[in-house]
Amino acid sequence: MPNTQQLEDFVSQVRRDIVRQVHKVNSGHPGGSLGCAEFISVLYQEMMDRKEGFDMDGNGEDLFFLSNGHISPVFYSVLARSGYFPIEELNTFRLINSRLQGHPTTHEGLPGVRIASGSLGQGLSVAIGAANTKKINGDKHLVYSLHGDGELQEGQNWEAIMYAAAKKVDNLIATVDRNHQQIDGCTDDVLPMGDITAKFEAFGWDVLEIKDGNNISEVIKGLEEAKSRTGKGKPVAVIMTTVMGHGVDFMMHTHKWHGVAPNDEQLEKALAQNPETLGDY
Amino acid sequence: MKKYTNTGSKDTRSGFGDGLTELGKNNPNVVALCADLTGSLKMGDFQKNHPERFFQVGIAEANMMGIAAGMTIGGKIPFTGTFANFSTGRVYDQIRQSIAYSDKNVKICASHAGLTLGEDGATHQILEDIGLMKMLPGMTVINTCDYNQTKAATIAIAEHHGPVYLRFGRPKVANFTPEDQKFEIGKAVLLNEGKDVTIIATGHLVWEALQAAEELEEKGISAEVINIHTIKPLDEAAILASIGKTGCVVTAEEHNFLGGLGESVARTLVQNHPAPQEFVATMDTFGESGTPEQLMEKYGLNAAAIVKASEKVIKRK
Repeated sequence: MPNTQQLEDFVSQVRRDIVRQVHKVNSGHPGGSLGCAEFISVLYQEMMDRKEGFDMDGNGEDLFFLSNGHISPVFYSVLARSGYFPIEELNTFRLINSRLQGHPTTHEGLPGVRIASGSLGQGLSVAIGAANTKKINGDKHLVYSLHGDGELQEGQNWEAIMYAAAKKVDNLIATVDRNHQQIDGCTDDVLPMGDITAKFEAFGWDVLEIKDGNNISEVIKGLEEAKSRTGKGKPVAVIMTTVMGHGVDFMMHTHKWHGVAPNDEQLEKALAQNPETLGDY
Repeated sequence: MKKYTNTGSKDTRSGFGDGLTELGKNNPNVVALCADLTGSLKMGDFQKNHPERFFQVGIAEANMMGIAAGMTIGGKIPFTGTFANFSTGRVYDQIRQSIAYSDKNVKICASHAGLTLGEDGATHQILEDIGLMKMLPGMTVINTCDYNQTKAATIAIAEHHGPVYLRFGRPKVANFTPEDQKFEIGKAVLLNEGKDVTIIATGHLVWEALQAAEELEEKGISAEVINIHTIKPLDEAAILASIGKTGCVVTAEEHNFLGGLGESVARTLVQNHPAPQEFVATMDTFGESGTPEQLMEKYGLNAAAIVKASEKVIKRK
């Protein structure tokens, strides 16, 4: 298992991968990707029990579903650097004939991806389904999922949240990226969602919070705690506060970099703030 | 003409339910999900026999489709059950992204399709579902005609890898196809050979097509009758072979003429062998309340309508 410094180095490289991917094609979603760099890196490098290679069924290993598929740059970077496909393939992000589609898909056969996502609000149901199958199969491994906070405005989530508690889907850890931003602005301006923690609790989930989702130690501590609460009759939700655009100073604390790529000069600034640690692709 | 006997009217949804019961016994990977319509879909036996493989999701079809997609990961074969309206239009994007685009092995089983749902009226009588489903890349679309065929199809689709839309209905209708039939996805069934006109029917209209062919025979018209249970992939070879012989066609379906079987046949003809065609279908309209028989009469979906369309299309040759 990597130590904290190794994880810091990993995340720094992932941030470089994110901004370089979106810069090259002048499209994609850097803001949410940067904000979740610690979380997804910690999941794949530290938390998940994963098998070598990739098969769709994923029996005998932990699974992860990315519901907010637009943060594909961070997902692709972590998958590549966790051995699912060649790191050089990050060069093909959003290009024609690429396996790295704008939003993740199984359609082009990219290893590591088990469901298409992008149209929001569908990933929690899928994660519940995979968790159901693990139970039927007697597979004790866990299912993790990640959701944007704005994504919770989609009604299907609340069907799924109700179901998971009612049916005691307790082999599932669903994390909400609480960055308070969505495309049109601050979530509180677009459609205030109130107390998300209280809502999950009211639906019968076991909820814990990670106050700083951009702090690796806190993410590890929070996810360890979440893991310890599985298997106790309740699905586990992690409400994780992050800063959209984290790690690139001019992209932080604003929704403006939700879906905008940096220009050449901005790229240089962003890279200067995130040292090359594991080698650029 | 070849005689077909109704061995006792039964609802096609019971064919689905009984097929599912058999799958429950024989295929441990089959799981079933239902959105609060277990009785209507005849899924009660499966639920009783295999509670660990049955998932009641409540009135939440979008969630059901997502859960079904997720359950394929790890090797299960989910069968979802609800009305056709709630199996398609209500959850189109969930099916599109999480099932079709993701190539998930989900069987979307849809009852109460079309006008024959009856008194509940247009909110529940979907006449657009075949079109919605056939437009999705990779989706197999099946509309069965009687109890025996629905049971056989239910069992057959479990062996087919990939997303399937299986459409059936509510009322008791003639049961006339063989009990021991082998259901071949994508294969047309030639029910009667004829030379003057080809009648291509699907679902509840297949029995009506046979009645129409008998009436036409009395009028001295020889009608070829083809049962198309699989609308996608369409058995184009069988269709072209028949129309090559008869020179004209009537398509018959309990569905909007826009987007249904008729349009698939028309496209096949235009690309390969243009020929006159008449459509027995609903004409870009919603349904309404009434008994199934009243509705099929009012909207022109019965043997009499097929006879009329056949006479018309023959004149256009």
